[in-house]
Amino acid sequence: MSDHHRHDHDHDHEHDDRPGPHGAPLTDVQLRVRALESLLVDKGLVDPKALDALIDTYETKVGPRNGALVVAKAWVDPAFKQRLLADSTAAIAELGYIGRQGEDMVVLENTPKVHNVVVCTLCSCYPWPVLGLPPVWYKSGPYRARTVIDPRGVLREFGVDLADDVEVRVWDSTAELRYLVLPERPAGTEGMTEEQLAELVTRDSMIGVAVVRATGRRGAGAPPSEASR
Amino acid sequence: MHGFGPVNPEPNEPVFHHEWERRAFALNLAAGFLGRWNIDMGRYAREHMPPAEYLATTYYEHWLYGLERLLVQKGLVTASELDAMRADGPGGVKALSPADVPKALRNRRAARMDDDLVVPRFKAGDRVRTKNEHPTGHTRLPRYARDKVGVVDRDHGVFIFADEHAASGQKIPQHCYAVRFEGRELWGPHAGPRDAVFVDCFEPYLEPA
Repeated sequence: MSDHHRHDHDHDHEHDDRPGPHGAPLTDVQLRVRALESLLVDKGLVDPKALDALIDTYETKVGPRNGALVVAKAWVDPAFKQRLLADSTAAIAELGYIGRQGEDMVVLENTPKVHNVVVCTLCSCYPWPVLGLPPVWYKSGPYRARTVIDPRGVLREFGVDLADDVEVRVWDSTAELRYLVLPERPAGTEGMTEEQLAELVTRDSMIGVAVVRATGRRGAGAPPSEASR
Repeated sequence: MHGFGPVNPEPNEPVFHHEWERRAFALNLAAGFLGRWNIDMGRYAREHMPPAEYLATTYYEHWLYGLERLLVQKGLVTASELDAMRADGPGGVKALSPADVPKALRNRRAARMDDDLVVPRFKAGDRVRTKNEHPTGHTRLPRYARDKVGVVDRDHGVFIFADEHAASGQKIPQHCYAVRFEGRELWGPHAGPRDAVFVDCFEPYLEPA
């Protein structure tokens, strides 16, 4: 039973398990998860504090800001960029962004003639250490089904209109390689510091469904809960 | 493949939309760290969800389905315990401690194996055809890319062969290649002339073209 409840009124608190202002009882899935956690805790198989630490890591500590720093460094440091393209895992490890679902990285460089975009048609494979956890749209039917067959249509939905002479390369993450797009550095960013550049790099540009703009809004800032585009 | 509608990205989407999603996510990881199954078994378990149910539920509900399935299949929880959601006895495996979480997440090695374990059959530039095989078990060759001709873009090296790892837990080393397929090869003459799809293919999926 899925937990979809829609609201007509505006509120900015997230939905949690308390039957609060809505007065609604817990949904089936909420009850199921609670019961499962209790069961596993009772059996000594999971420690709730370990669960908290896992959640905290991916909710507040690991996010697209990491990838943005990789991109910014590649833009300002040609030697790093060369290392990044030659051995992406090692180069990203220089910045410390290692770990689960990022053990084998491949960075794909976007150029004026080649635009790369990443998908996982089979599930939701995504480079966690540099981008955090994937957004819902990345894990859902429309993106997974359509990107391989109509990448330009999907990109247009995201506001990216590629010229006919630009080659589109769709990378389906079917094995344990994890892909990160190195977006093109926009004009008008000359003289910016690495930090300033990182502020421009959005998560979507590192998936390949957006391009970076010189006057981009802060989209890759930490913590991930603040900005997720 | 068709009929899924628009992508509909949510602006400023939070990492988790509900508290239960947080817990489901963490339970999955923590239970996985007990070592009774591998990531390929994890994916395979979710793939058992009945298709209509899969399409009608949300992502972490898929994770929940897979987790419950694996807990029983791999003997951490009995079917009756899961049914009643009540423990009959201790689990017999020590839980991941909070202190061990950072170390557990910062692993450097996952599926990659030593390159000299097996000589590659293919190299960059080779024309290959994906096999016209449709296994009932877990595989990482998508249907759209079966029986198609492509060109090896690169040899990623040797990795644990996912199909076997999911089925038996055995770590069979196989080369994994990024294979480039032209859009028109996959989708026919109406595909964009400058569209290409790269699929990471284990060597057993390929034969020379």
